Amino acid sequence: MTHVPISVTVDGTVYDGEVEPRTLLVHWLRDSLGRVGTVVGCDTSSCGACTVLLDGRSVKSCSVLAVQADGHSITTIQGLAEGEDNWHPVQTALKECHGLQCGYCTPGMVMSTVDLLSENPNPTEEEIREGLHGNLCRCTGYHNIVKSVQHAAEAMGGAK
Amino acid sequence: MIPVAFDYTKVNTVDEAVAALVSGGEDAKIIAGGQSLMPVLRLRMAAPEVVIDISDVAEMQGVSDAGDAIVIGAGTTHHAVMNDPLVKTHAPLIAMTTETVADPQIRHRGTFGGALAHADPAGDLPAAAVALDAVMTVAGPDGRRDIPAKDFFVDYFTTSLEPEDILVSIRIPKLGEGWAYHYEKFNRTAQGWAIVGVAAAVKRQNGSIEAARIGLTNMGPGPVRATSVEAALAGAAASDDAIAAAAENATDGTRATSDLHAKADYREHLAKVLTKRAVAKAAGV
Repeated sequence: MTHVPISVTVDGTVYDGEVEPRTLLVHWLRDSLGRVGTVVGCDTSSCGACTVLLDGRSVKSCSVLAVQADGHSITTIQGLAEGEDNWHPVQTALKECHGLQCGYCTPGMVMSTVDLLSENPNPTEEEIREGLHGNLCRCTGYHNIVKSVQHAAEAMGGAK
Repeated sequence: MIPVAFDYTKVNTVDEAVAALVSGGEDAKIIAGGQSLMPVLRLRMAAPEVVIDISDVAEMQGVSDAGDAIVIGAGTTHHAVMNDPLVKTHAPLIAMTTETVADPQIRHRGTFGGALAHADPAGDLPAAAVALDAVMTVAGPDGRRDIPAKDFFVDYFTTSLEPEDILVSIRIPKLGEGWAYHYEKFNRTAQGWAIVGVAAAVKRQNGSIEAARIGLTNMGPGPVRATSVEAALAGAAASDDAIAAAAENATDGTRATSDLHAKADYREHLAKVLTKRAVAKAAGV
């Protein structure tokens, strides 16, 4: 089987590798780069747990071939914080508003929220629910997640 | 799950894509955003020997103004389509319908042409395409040709594209002044697939409806143009009663099926209710 060379910027670092064309982006991130913060949830393009940013836009990394990321830039949940004590405002908001229970969906929720707030810094509740339409949480319901996004928007200076 | 192994080739032009399809034959599959193909590959419902990546074909990206129509490159993502000023101005029904497709992550990757060529009966965009008399520009080994939307959708997941053809762009005629639009969709919250959807374009004049165009999603193996509703609406009063009466014709020419989401008779009920809502909202009633 032919392997294909790829060069992908992941969380600011350029990684050169060789992949089988059938390799999913999420598997490359986890198995080859060890970046296991991005998780596989449903494996059917539904749940959004594996969401990462591709050139700044949210995508489900179980539904992208690693080879299609060649030459592009990926941001994972592990690329957001500036250090252990300096979380991204969206991460802080989820903690402060109890926006998670088991936490499995959280990496995807965070990445989708970062994308949502980059496009719409001051979303309404309805826009938040629509913006997170591609992310499923099976623990909490969405009440505190929505609250977390509102809190993050405020912390990031979007909310009025 | 992990897809069956395949070879991968990336092309830069439409001609290269067609050449790759000719050499790959029926064992070749096109990938752009991959939001229809990837789930199928992962479930091993398809096992192509070669996957041809067209996501960098410049000609297939973006939207342009062609005078009496706009032309949407088949590889333009849903996110780009629904935010495009030309689409919003000249084909708002396409923008409105696209906003309901799947979820934000999938709209960032999935493409307008991919959704049409995939021809899922529960996909939203084919209904809008037939309602607006879209024209598909297709490239094959013998050159290019145009296929009207009404002849493009043939059956479940089947279009009139030949195995060596590729959908290059979609021409959406401008309807001009006086038209208003709505896409009404009934779906499960956790998934974007329409149980039934109705794409409506309505032209109002004074207190009546001058003309209407209606496309139905998931009321048969492909999108259905609800011509009986259109005929009943032409010249009708722009009132709840008149619209409801016209919408009673929404099942004419449909072939709804039963599946785990809905039985056929329930889909028929939905088609009438959603047609009434779509037309009323478009007409501002």
